[in-house]
Amino acid sequence: MAEDRLPLNESTADAECETWDPAIHGDQPPSKMTRRKFVKNTSTLSATSLMGTAALMTNSDEAQANTEWAEWFQGNYREMTDEEKQEAVERLERRYSAEYGKDVTVDTTPAQEGVLFGYALNIQKCIGCRRCAKACVEENNQSRGDQEIEWIRVLKMEKGEFTEEKMGEGYPDDFGIQVGGNAYSAAGVVGEGEHYYEPEQVPEADSFYMPIACMQCEKPPCVKVCPVRTTYREPDGVVVIDYNWCIGCRMCIGACPYWARRFNWGEPKLPKEDMNPDTHYLGNRPRMKGVVEKCTFCIQRTRKGRYPACVEVCPVGARKFGNLLDPNSEVRRVLATKRVFRMKADLNTYPKFFYYVD
Amino acid sequence: MNKVWSFCVDFMLYLFKGGVKYWAWLGFLWIFVFAWVYGNYQQLSEGMIVTGLTDQVSWGLYLANFVFLVGVAAGAVTVVFPAYVYKHKALHDVTVLGEMLAISAVIMCMLFVLNHMGRPDRLWHMIPFLGIYNFPGSMLTWDVIVLLGYLLLNLVGGFYYLYKKYVGEELNNRFYLPIIFIAIVWALSIHTVTAFLINTMPARPMWHHGMMPIRFISTAFAAGPALIIIVFTIIRNNTKLWIEDNAIDLLSQIVVWCLGIALFLTLSEVVTELYHPTEHSLGLQYLMFGHHGLNNLVPWFWASMAGLVGTFLLLLVPRIRKDHKKLPYICAVVFLAIWIEKGMALLIPGSIPTPIGEFAEYSPTLIEIINCLGNWAIGFIVLTLLLKGAIGILLGEVHYGGKSAYGEMKHANDPAHA
Repeated sequence: MAEDRLPLNESTADAECETWDPAIHGDQPPSKMTRRKFVKNTSTLSATSLMGTAALMTNSDEAQANTEWAEWFQGNYREMTDEEKQEAVERLERRYSAEYGKDVTVDTTPAQEGVLFGYALNIQKCIGCRRCAKACVEENNQSRGDQEIEWIRVLKMEKGEFTEEKMGEGYPDDFGIQVGGNAYSAAGVVGEGEHYYEPEQVPEADSFYMPIACMQCEKPPCVKVCPVRTTYREPDGVVVIDYNWCIGCRMCIGACPYWARRFNWGEPKLPKEDMNPDTHYLGNRPRMKGVVEKCTFCIQRTRKGRYPACVEVCPVGARKFGNLLDPNSEVRRVLATKRVFRMKADLNTYPKFFYYVD
Repeated sequence: MNKVWSFCVDFMLYLFKGGVKYWAWLGFLWIFVFAWVYGNYQQLSEGMIVTGLTDQVSWGLYLANFVFLVGVAAGAVTVVFPAYVYKHKALHDVTVLGEMLAISAVIMCMLFVLNHMGRPDRLWHMIPFLGIYNFPGSMLTWDVIVLLGYLLLNLVGGFYYLYKKYVGEELNNRFYLPIIFIAIVWALSIHTVTAFLINTMPARPMWHHGMMPIRFISTAFAAGPALIIIVFTIIRNNTKLWIEDNAIDLLSQIVVWCLGIALFLTLSEVVTELYHPTEHSLGLQYLMFGHHGLNNLVPWFWASMAGLVGTFLLLLVPRIRKDHKKLPYICAVVFLAIWIEKGMALLIPGSIPTPIGEFAEYSPTLIEIINCLGNWAIGFIVLTLLLKGAIGILLGEVHYGGKSAYGEMKHANDPAHA
């Protein structure tokens, strides 16, 4: 992999208007409005932001302690009134701004009428470069370094599991190889797909790639098992988590058949300079230790008419995203014209993440 | 009200009257509690990163102990059921000791759940009305109801009995018997729901089968009475309370039959899964034989099987089963083998391989181990104290209006009498 990462910060931060696709939200006004609203929001909140900054310079620990104390008493996001949401958001913005030394916004844009998000991935095109996984981490404020969390994992599949020399045996070689690791890159032998591969170059011979992430199931097993309903399906089909409500019981991690959920085992390590300040309450705002997180289809972008970061960064156009209720959307065209399947369809989870081949 | 107050005071004060062995045992347990304070401080301040858990294996030793102890709590019913349904005289006399065991086991369960949670500070989110209680959707909410209900039934049943004994009044059977019979059925429910907690997840094929609840109950009714036999033996040898031989003999019979059923169910599962092994039996294969050199669990599985089969065969022989000198040691092996079976041979391999086929091994850290030992120590301290007080009342050493321990203490501490 010669180009390990693209200059993502430049390409993603200003790409808002260019990436508008009418297929996603029909003919609603493009997201220039959002940018303006964003500026406006920032100015109305300047007083509180200033307080935050002042706190940062004088006694940030105390400010943080006070906000966290107030956060502890807040209710579940879905049950908050608009005022309570506003308070919660201001509190978070104050804390994040002080913590990361930049103007952080926490968006609460709700699901829009007539939108059901869907995703399609062309496994014929995917070259396994994992730019999607990297772009996802940079966009969604996951923990870095020795506690790195990735929502997207790319499985390397050996072609048909039949190699030339084993062809006579009639069944594939026993699976996998063993790789080293620790708590954050666990050791193990991989059965179906290897996701720690480190080749000189991708794609590798005799291999194809199957990226996985949260499948945004229509019947999500994770939602059913959550004892406090902190994870739930939004009206636009995205399964989200209120990080402030999660009790860390990890029932959802047990119930997810796609290994899509990650836990913050320690305090997340998010360097100030890498922090993406455009956040959504249910999406990429910084998490705390002891809570679960996962892919939200970049809710902070897609609800404003932008593509998810992984779609934008994919160099081969293997990733398609759009509104399943819009007959003209890209994802609907894929469903109509390609050979499509869902992962582990036997489990009746009805993912809105589709795989296809041309 | 005066009587209730006096009951509480006398019960408490009796706990301070013990011999060297009693104090040495409590002191020994306290060592683990001190380590536990350190372990919990570490985990609360650093997060669960101090454990050996990963995204691959995110349920480990804490939950394994929880599952096992729910069984021990349920196992207490093996004392209550024969006593009240079959009118077993000897067990009837000591039913309350079974209830005390159930209370201690449920308390340990709660400690283990708290250790398992990433955000124990947010537990209030589960309180109905104050937070959100996802009932009846989430199986965990069912488990909370049945466990708290079981705790309450045993607290009320046990302490009502002790109180009446203390004041020397007749039991009001119209109040007491319904509690006993509800508790018997309820005991089955706690382990059934705990089995449902893990076997209702198609994502984990090793657990996803209908045999799980009955397997849980059969092992519980072996581990529970095994512990009770050990406790009864200790009580017989160290206190004035004599528990009849036939009480212990009935319990050892229950142990042997439940062991047999448990082994039969395990064998059925192995045959079903391995006759034509699919990807769904990878967990069991990994557990039994390892996988490409990853075989952390293999010795545990075979040790547990050896323990279960060996003790079953030994206990089948009446001469050995009725040898009350050897029996407690055999029961200790049963208890240990089932503890391994529930943890290392059921809960942990359920996560291996992961739903995408990754084999990641898990080994607990020192902090996890000291927290587990601490939880056990606290549970045994609670059990010791509850049994101590209960025995005092059963023996009549503590009774209302008698020469109360409270009075004696006052007497001893009064400088005028010194």
